[in-house]
Amino acid sequence: MDKQQIIITNLNQNKMKKVRVTTAILAMAFLSLTVMSCRDTKKEEVNDSMNSEMQEEGHQDDSMMDNDNSMMDHNDSIMDHDSSMMNHYNMDNNRMGSNMQNADAKQVVADYMTLKDALVATNKEDAAKAGKKLVSTLNGFNVSSYTSEQQKELKDIIADAKEHAEHIGKSEMDHQREHFKTLSKDIMDLVAITGTETTLYQQFCPMYDGGSAWLSMNKEVKNPYYGSKMLNCGKVQKEIN
Amino acid sequence: MLVLLVAFIAIQFFPTQRNESDIVARTDFLIVNKSPKDISTILRESCYDCHSNNTDYPWYNKIQPVAWFLEDHVKHGKGELNFNTWDELSDRRKKSKLKSITNQVKDDEMPLYSYTLIHRDAILSDSDKNTIENYMNSLMDILE
Repeated sequence: MDKQQIIITNLNQNKMKKVRVTTAILAMAFLSLTVMSCRDTKKEEVNDSMNSEMQEEGHQDDSMMDNDNSMMDHNDSIMDHDSSMMNHYNMDNNRMGSNMQNADAKQVVADYMTLKDALVATNKEDAAKAGKKLVSTLNGFNVSSYTSEQQKELKDIIADAKEHAEHIGKSEMDHQREHFKTLSKDIMDLVAITGTETTLYQQFCPMYDGGSAWLSMNKEVKNPYYGSKMLNCGKVQKEIN
Repeated sequence: MLVLLVAFIAIQFFPTQRNESDIVARTDFLIVNKSPKDISTILRESCYDCHSNNTDYPWYNKIQPVAWFLEDHVKHGKGELNFNTWDELSDRRKKSKLKSITNQVKDDEMPLYSYTLIHRDAILSDSDKNTIENYMNSLMDILE
Protein backbone atom coordinates (compact mmCIF):
# COMPACT_ATOMS: atom_id res chain seq x y z
CA MET A 1 0.00 0.00 0.00
CA ASP A 2 2.72 2.46 1.00
CA LYS A 3 4.71 1.89 -2.14
CA GLN A 4 1.66 2.26 -4.30
CA GLN A 5 0.75 5.44 -2.52
CA ILE A 6 4.17 6.89 -3.08
CA ILE A 7 4.18 6.03 -6.76
CA ILE A 8 0.76 7.42 -7.36
CA THR A 9 1.41 10.55 -5.33
CA ASN A 10 4.65 11.10 -7.18
CA LEU A 11 2.87 10.88 -10.47
CA ASN A 12 0.16 13.24 -9.49
CA GLN A 13 2.31 15.46 -7.29
CA ASN A 14 0.43 18.72 -7.17
CA LYS A 15 -2.82 17.71 -8.74
CA MET A 16 -4.00 15.34 -6.08
CA LYS A 17 -3.95 15.44 -2.37
CA LYS A 18 -2.77 12.47 -0.41
CA VAL A 19 -6.17 12.03 1.14
CA ARG A 20 -7.83 11.54 -2.21
CA VAL A 21 -5.40 8.81 -3.16
CA THR A 22 -5.96 7.00 0.05
CA THR A 23 -9.70 7.13 -0.39
CA ALA A 24 -9.37 5.94 -3.97
CA ILE A 25 -7.27 2.97 -2.95
CA LEU A 26 -9.58 2.19 -0.09
CA ALA A 27 -12.55 2.40 -2.43
CA MET A 28 -10.90 0.02 -4.89
CA ALA A 29 -10.03 -2.40 -2.14
CA PHE A 30 -13.58 -2.25 -0.87
CA LEU A 31 -14.98 -2.74 -4.37
CA SER A 32 -12.83 -5.79 -5.05
CA LEU A 33 -13.78 -7.25 -1.70
CA THR A 34 -17.48 -6.82 -2.38
CA VAL A 35 -17.16 -8.34 -5.83
CA MET A 36 -15.43 -11.38 -4.41
CA SER A 37 -17.85 -11.80 -1.54
CA CYS A 38 -20.76 -11.36 -3.96
CA ARG A 39 -19.50 -14.30 -5.96
CA ASP A 40 -19.38 -16.46 -2.89
CA THR A 41 -22.87 -15.59 -1.78
CA LYS A 42 -24.14 -16.27 -5.28
CA LYS A 43 -22.63 -19.72 -5.18
CA GLU A 44 -24.15 -20.35 -1.80
CA GLU A 45 -27.49 -19.17 -2.98
CA VAL A 46 -27.44 -21.58 -5.89
CA ASN A 47 -26.43 -24.41 -3.62
CA ASP A 48 -29.08 -23.54 -1.10
CA SER A 49 -31.85 -23.35 -3.63
CA MET A 50 -30.76 -26.65 -5.13
CA ASN A 51 -30.71 -28.32 -1.76
CA SER A 52 -34.05 -27.00 -0.74
CA GLU A 53 -35.52 -28.07 -4.07
CA MET A 54 -34.18 -31.54 -3.63
CA GLN A 55 -35.48 -31.77 -0.11
CA GLU A 56 -38.88 -30.52 -1.08
CA GLU A 57 -39.17 -32.97 -3.88
CA GLY A 58 -37.84 -35.69 -1.66
CA HIS A 59 -40.70 -35.11 0.75
CA GLN A 60 -43.25 -35.47 -1.98
CA ASP A 61 -41.98 -38.92 -2.73
CA ASP A 62 -44.18 -40.86 -0.38
CA SER A 63 -47.42 -39.29 -1.43
CA MET A 64 -46.54 -39.61 -5.12
CA MET A 65 -45.43 -43.19 -4.95
CA ASP A 66 -48.95 -44.49 -4.85
CA ASN A 67 -49.58 -42.88 -8.19
CA ASP A 68 -46.62 -44.59 -9.81
CA ASN A 69 -48.40 -47.30 -11.66
CA SER A 70 -51.34 -45.28 -12.81
CA MET A 71 -49.03 -42.66 -14.26
CA MET A 72 -46.92 -45.15 -16.07
CA ASP A 73 -49.92 -46.48 -17.90
CA HIS A 74 -50.19 -43.23 -19.82
CA ASN A 75 -47.20 -43.99 -21.98
CA ASP A 76 -47.03 -44.00 -25.71
CA SER A 77 -47.02 -47.30 -27.50
CA ILE A 78 -43.38 -46.80 -28.48
CA MET A 79 -42.36 -46.96 -24.89
CA ASP A 80 -44.61 -49.83 -23.90
CA HIS A 81 -41.78 -52.27 -23.74
CA ASP A 82 -39.67 -50.00 -21.59
CA SER A 83 -42.40 -49.11 -19.21
CA SER A 84 -43.22 -52.70 -18.53
CA MET A 85 -39.59 -53.20 -17.66
CA MET A 86 -39.68 -50.19 -15.43
CA ASN A 87 -42.75 -51.42 -13.63
CA HIS A 88 -40.99 -54.65 -13.00
CA TYR A 89 -38.02 -52.91 -11.45
CA ASN A 90 -40.10 -50.52 -9.48
CA MET A 91 -41.96 -53.35 -7.88
CA ASP A 92 -38.67 -54.79 -6.74
CA ASN A 93 -37.35 -51.52 -5.56
CA ASN A 94 -40.07 -49.35 -4.24
CA ARG A 95 -38.98 -49.93 -0.71
CA MET A 96 -35.32 -49.17 -0.91
CA GLY A 97 -35.10 -47.42 -4.26
CA SER A 98 -37.33 -44.43 -3.87
CA ASN A 99 -36.67 -43.60 -0.27
CA MET A 100 -32.93 -43.89 -0.11
CA GLN A 101 -31.47 -43.46 -3.54
CA ASN A 102 -27.82 -44.40 -3.64
CA ALA A 103 -25.56 -41.31 -3.51
CA ASP A 104 -23.74 -42.45 -6.65
CA ALA A 105 -27.01 -42.81 -8.54
CA LYS A 106 -28.00 -39.33 -7.41
CA GLN A 107 -24.71 -37.94 -8.70
CA VAL A 108 -25.14 -39.72 -12.03
CA VAL A 109 -28.51 -38.05 -12.49
CA ALA A 110 -27.05 -34.68 -11.43
CA ASP A 111 -24.19 -35.00 -13.96
CA TYR A 112 -26.63 -36.10 -16.65
CA MET A 113 -28.74 -33.00 -15.99
CA THR A 114 -25.68 -30.73 -16.29
CA LEU A 115 -24.93 -32.38 -19.62
CA LYS A 116 -28.53 -32.06 -20.77
CA ASP A 117 -28.57 -28.35 -19.91
CA ALA A 118 -25.34 -27.81 -21.86
CA LEU A 119 -26.93 -29.45 -24.89
CA VAL A 120 -30.06 -27.33 -24.50
CA ALA A 121 -27.74 -24.30 -24.53
CA THR A 122 -25.84 -25.79 -27.53
CA ASN A 123 -22.59 -25.38 -25.61
CA LYS A 124 -20.08 -27.93 -26.82
CA GLU A 125 -17.40 -27.19 -24.21
CA ASP A 126 -19.75 -27.42 -21.25
CA ALA A 127 -21.27 -30.60 -22.65
CA ALA A 128 -17.80 -32.14 -23.04
CA LYS A 129 -16.91 -31.16 -19.49
CA ALA A 130 -20.15 -32.65 -18.17
CA GLY A 131 -19.51 -35.82 -20.17
CA LYS A 132 -16.09 -36.24 -18.58
CA LYS A 133 -17.54 -35.60 -15.14
CA LEU A 134 -20.17 -38.26 -15.77
CA VAL A 135 -17.46 -40.75 -16.77
CA SER A 136 -15.67 -40.28 -13.46
CA THR A 137 -18.91 -40.60 -11.49
CA LEU A 138 -19.81 -43.78 -13.36
CA ASN A 139 -16.31 -45.15 -12.71
CA GLY A 140 -16.82 -44.76 -9.00
CA PHE A 141 -20.35 -46.17 -8.95
CA ASN A 142 -20.71 -48.64 -6.09
CA VAL A 143 -23.30 -51.30 -6.92
CA SER A 144 -22.83 -53.41 -3.79
CA SER A 145 -26.11 -52.35 -2.18
CA TYR A 146 -28.17 -53.97 -4.95
CA THR A 147 -29.22 -57.55 -5.57
CA SER A 148 -26.92 -59.63 -7.75
CA GLU A 149 -29.35 -59.51 -10.65
CA GLN A 150 -29.57 -55.72 -10.38
CA GLN A 151 -25.80 -55.48 -10.09
CA LYS A 152 -25.38 -57.34 -13.34
CA GLU A 153 -27.84 -55.05 -15.09
CA LEU A 154 -26.33 -51.94 -13.51
CA LYS A 155 -22.80 -52.89 -14.56
CA ASP A 156 -24.03 -53.38 -18.11
CA ILE A 157 -25.78 -50.00 -18.09
CA ILE A 158 -22.76 -48.27 -16.54
CA ALA A 159 -20.36 -49.75 -19.11
CA ASP A 160 -22.57 -48.57 -21.94
CA ALA A 161 -23.26 -45.14 -20.45
CA LYS A 162 -19.57 -44.63 -19.80
CA GLU A 163 -18.72 -45.20 -23.42
CA HIS A 164 -21.26 -42.63 -24.58
CA ALA A 165 -20.17 -40.13 -21.94
CA GLU A 166 -16.56 -40.59 -23.05
CA HIS A 167 -17.49 -39.81 -26.62
CA ILE A 168 -19.48 -36.77 -25.55
CA GLY A 169 -16.31 -35.63 -23.76
CA LYS A 170 -14.38 -35.43 -27.02
CA SER A 171 -16.85 -34.86 -29.86
CA GLU A 172 -18.52 -32.16 -31.88
CA MET A 173 -22.04 -31.05 -30.97
CA ASP A 174 -23.76 -33.31 -33.54
CA HIS A 175 -22.02 -36.37 -32.18
CA GLN A 176 -22.59 -35.32 -28.62
CA ARG A 177 -26.29 -35.29 -29.35
CA GLU A 178 -26.20 -38.68 -31.09
CA HIS A 179 -24.51 -40.22 -28.08
CA PHE A 180 -26.83 -38.37 -25.72
CA LYS A 181 -29.76 -40.26 -27.19
CA THR A 182 -28.40 -43.69 -26.28
CA LEU A 183 -27.03 -42.34 -23.02
CA SER A 184 -30.52 -41.12 -22.10
CA LYS A 185 -31.89 -44.62 -22.56
CA ASP A 186 -29.16 -45.94 -20.26
CA ILE A 187 -29.87 -43.37 -17.57
CA MET A 188 -33.63 -44.09 -17.74
CA ASP A 189 -32.94 -47.79 -17.22
CA LEU A 190 -30.54 -46.97 -14.41
CA VAL A 191 -33.10 -44.80 -12.64
CA ALA A 192 -35.65 -47.60 -13.05
CA ILE A 193 -33.39 -49.71 -10.84
CA THR A 194 -32.03 -47.13 -8.41
CA GLY A 195 -35.20 -45.11 -8.01
CA THR A 196 -35.11 -41.35 -7.66
CA GLU A 197 -35.65 -38.96 -4.77
CA THR A 198 -36.44 -36.07 -7.08
CA THR A 199 -39.27 -36.16 -9.58
CA LEU A 200 -37.97 -36.69 -13.09
CA TYR A 201 -39.82 -36.00 -16.31
CA GLN A 202 -39.27 -38.24 -19.27
CA GLN A 203 -39.69 -36.06 -22.35
CA PHE A 204 -39.89 -36.98 -25.98
CA CYS A 205 -39.14 -35.23 -29.26
CA PRO A 206 -40.68 -37.05 -32.24
CA MET A 207 -38.47 -35.23 -34.75
CA TYR A 208 -34.92 -36.10 -33.74
CA ASP A 209 -33.66 -39.38 -35.25
CA GLY A 210 -37.07 -41.00 -35.56
CA GLY A 211 -38.10 -39.98 -32.05
CA SER A 212 -35.83 -39.48 -29.05
CA ALA A 213 -36.37 -39.25 -25.33
CA TRP A 214 -34.50 -37.60 -22.46
CA LEU A 215 -34.90 -36.87 -18.76
CA SER A 216 -35.44 -33.50 -17.12
CA MET A 217 -36.02 -32.16 -13.61
CA ASN A 218 -38.50 -29.64 -14.95
CA LYS A 219 -41.88 -30.24 -16.46
CA GLU A 220 -41.31 -27.49 -19.01
CA VAL A 221 -39.85 -28.87 -22.25
CA LYS A 222 -36.41 -27.61 -23.29
CA ASN A 223 -35.10 -29.70 -26.13
CA PRO A 224 -31.47 -30.91 -25.79
CA TYR A 225 -31.41 -32.36 -29.32
CA TYR A 226 -32.03 -29.10 -31.13
CA GLY A 227 -31.34 -26.37 -28.58
CA SER A 228 -32.58 -22.93 -29.55
CA LYS A 229 -33.48 -24.16 -33.05
CA MET A 230 -36.51 -25.95 -31.67
CA LEU A 231 -36.31 -25.30 -27.97
CA ASN A 232 -39.83 -26.27 -27.05
CA CYS A 233 -40.30 -29.19 -29.39
CA GLY A 234 -41.43 -32.21 -27.45
CA LYS A 235 -43.74 -33.29 -24.70
CA VAL A 236 -43.73 -34.88 -21.27
CA GLN A 237 -44.10 -38.61 -21.73
CA LYS A 238 -43.94 -39.78 -18.17
CA GLU A 239 -43.37 -38.59 -14.64
CA ILE A 240 -40.89 -40.67 -12.67
CA ASN A 241 -40.96 -40.49 -8.89
CA MET B 1 19.78 -33.91 -43.38
CA LEU B 2 22.17 -36.68 -42.45
CA VAL B 3 20.70 -36.75 -38.94
CA LEU B 4 17.23 -37.22 -40.36
CA LEU B 5 18.42 -40.02 -42.60
CA VAL B 6 20.12 -41.80 -39.70
CA ALA B 7 17.01 -41.38 -37.57
CA PHE B 8 14.86 -42.75 -40.37
CA ILE B 9 17.04 -45.82 -40.71
CA ALA B 10 17.21 -46.28 -36.95
CA ILE B 11 13.45 -46.34 -36.45
CA GLN B 12 13.13 -49.12 -39.00
CA PHE B 13 14.49 -51.49 -36.38
CA PHE B 14 11.68 -50.80 -33.93
CA PRO B 15 9.19 -53.63 -34.16
CA THR B 16 5.44 -53.22 -34.10
CA GLN B 17 2.83 -55.73 -33.07
CA ARG B 18 0.99 -57.01 -36.09
CA ASN B 19 -2.72 -57.54 -35.89
CA GLU B 20 -3.11 -60.88 -37.63
CA SER B 21 -5.01 -64.02 -36.82
CA ASP B 22 -6.09 -67.08 -38.79
CA ILE B 23 -8.70 -68.09 -36.29
CA VAL B 24 -12.27 -67.59 -37.41
CA ALA B 25 -13.96 -66.44 -34.25
CA ARG B 26 -17.26 -68.04 -33.32
CA THR B 27 -18.24 -64.70 -31.82
CA ASP B 28 -17.74 -62.88 -35.12
CA PHE B 29 -20.43 -60.41 -36.18
CA LEU B 30 -20.90 -61.89 -39.66
CA ILE B 31 -21.10 -65.46 -38.37
CA VAL B 32 -23.37 -64.80 -35.39
CA ASN B 33 -25.79 -62.76 -37.46
CA LYS B 34 -25.50 -65.01 -40.52
CA SER B 35 -25.03 -61.83 -42.51
CA PRO B 36 -25.79 -61.89 -46.24
CA LYS B 37 -23.01 -61.71 -48.82
CA ASP B 38 -23.38 -58.02 -49.66
CA ILE B 39 -23.02 -57.01 -46.00
CA SER B 40 -20.07 -59.28 -45.47
CA THR B 41 -18.33 -57.86 -48.55
CA ILE B 42 -18.83 -54.26 -47.49
CA LEU B 43 -17.79 -54.76 -43.88
CA ARG B 44 -14.72 -56.82 -44.75
CA GLU B 45 -13.59 -54.30 -47.34
CA SER B 46 -14.29 -51.12 -45.41
CA CYS B 47 -14.25 -51.95 -41.68
CA TYR B 48 -12.45 -55.16 -40.78
CA ASP B 49 -8.90 -53.87 -41.23
CA CYS B 50 -9.20 -51.80 -38.07
CA HIS B 51 -12.21 -53.39 -36.36
CA SER B 52 -11.20 -57.05 -36.25
CA ASN B 53 -8.28 -59.23 -35.17
CA ASN B 54 -7.01 -59.50 -38.69
CA THR B 55 -5.63 -56.58 -40.64
CA ASP B 56 -4.87 -56.96 -44.32
CA TYR B 57 -1.60 -55.03 -44.20
CA PRO B 58 -0.39 -52.94 -47.11
CA TRP B 59 3.26 -53.28 -48.23
CA TYR B 60 4.20 -49.87 -46.84
CA ASN B 61 3.31 -51.05 -43.37
CA LYS B 62 6.85 -52.43 -43.27
CA ILE B 63 8.16 -48.87 -43.24
CA GLN B 64 8.31 -46.77 -40.10
CA PRO B 65 6.74 -44.51 -38.99
CA VAL B 66 3.76 -45.76 -41.04
CA ALA B 67 3.65 -48.97 -39.03
CA TRP B 68 3.33 -47.05 -35.77
CA PHE B 69 0.60 -44.93 -37.18
CA LEU B 70 -1.35 -47.99 -38.34
CA GLU B 71 -0.73 -49.88 -35.12
CA ASP B 72 -2.21 -47.03 -33.15
CA HIS B 73 -5.23 -46.82 -35.45
CA VAL B 74 -5.96 -50.51 -35.26
CA LYS B 75 -5.58 -50.55 -31.48
CA HIS B 76 -7.98 -47.65 -31.10
CA GLY B 77 -10.41 -49.08 -33.66
CA LYS B 78 -10.57 -52.45 -31.95
CA GLY B 79 -11.05 -50.72 -28.63
CA GLU B 80 -14.19 -49.06 -29.92
CA LEU B 81 -15.51 -52.06 -31.82
CA ASN B 82 -14.13 -55.47 -32.65
CA PHE B 83 -16.41 -57.37 -35.04
CA ASN B 84 -14.65 -60.63 -34.16
CA THR B 85 -15.80 -60.49 -30.53
CA TRP B 86 -19.31 -59.26 -31.28
CA ASP B 87 -21.16 -61.98 -29.45
CA GLU B 88 -19.32 -61.25 -26.20
CA LEU B 89 -21.36 -58.06 -25.91
CA SER B 90 -24.63 -57.83 -23.99
CA ASP B 91 -27.81 -56.97 -25.89
CA ARG B 92 -27.65 -53.41 -24.59
CA ARG B 93 -24.09 -52.98 -25.81
CA LYS B 94 -24.93 -54.56 -29.16
CA LYS B 95 -27.84 -52.19 -29.71
CA SER B 96 -25.64 -49.31 -28.71
CA LYS B 97 -22.88 -50.35 -31.12
CA LEU B 98 -25.35 -50.91 -33.97
CA LYS B 99 -26.64 -47.39 -33.44
CA SER B 100 -23.12 -45.97 -33.42
CA ILE B 101 -22.16 -47.89 -36.57
CA THR B 102 -25.17 -46.42 -38.37
CA ASN B 103 -24.40 -42.90 -37.14
CA GLN B 104 -20.72 -43.06 -38.02
CA VAL B 105 -21.42 -44.31 -41.53
CA LYS B 106 -24.27 -41.88 -42.11
CA ASP B 107 -22.16 -38.93 -40.94
CA ASP B 108 -19.23 -40.00 -43.14
CA GLU B 109 -17.03 -40.33 -40.07
CA MET B 110 -16.20 -43.93 -40.93
CA PRO B 111 -14.26 -45.26 -42.72
CA LEU B 112 -11.64 -42.69 -41.76
CA TYR B 113 -10.50 -40.29 -44.45
CA SER B 114 -6.85 -41.17 -43.85
CA TYR B 115 -7.76 -44.79 -44.58
CA THR B 116 -9.86 -44.28 -47.71
CA LEU B 117 -7.19 -41.96 -49.08
CA ILE B 118 -5.15 -45.05 -49.86
CA HIS B 119 -7.77 -47.81 -49.70
CA ARG B 120 -9.98 -46.47 -52.45
CA ASP B 121 -12.05 -49.68 -52.41
CA ALA B 122 -13.08 -48.97 -48.84
CA ILE B 123 -15.03 -45.86 -49.80
CA LEU B 124 -18.74 -46.42 -49.20
CA SER B 125 -21.15 -45.47 -51.94
CA ASP B 126 -24.56 -44.06 -51.02
CA SER B 127 -26.13 -47.40 -51.77
CA ASP B 128 -23.55 -49.14 -49.53
CA LYS B 129 -24.44 -46.73 -46.74
CA ASN B 130 -28.13 -47.44 -47.19
CA THR B 131 -27.51 -51.17 -47.18
CA ILE B 132 -25.56 -50.89 -43.93
CA GLU B 133 -28.12 -48.65 -42.28
CA ASN B 134 -31.05 -50.90 -43.19
CA TYR B 135 -29.20 -53.99 -42.08
CA MET B 136 -28.11 -52.53 -38.74
CA ASN B 137 -31.64 -51.30 -38.12
CA SER B 138 -33.04 -54.75 -38.83
CA LEU B 139 -30.61 -56.23 -36.28
CA MET B 140 -31.65 -53.59 -33.74
CA ASP B 141 -35.29 -54.54 -34.26
CA ILE B 142 -34.49 -58.17 -33.47
CA LEU B 143 -32.80 -57.12 -30.22
CA GLU B 144 -35.70 -54.96 -29.11
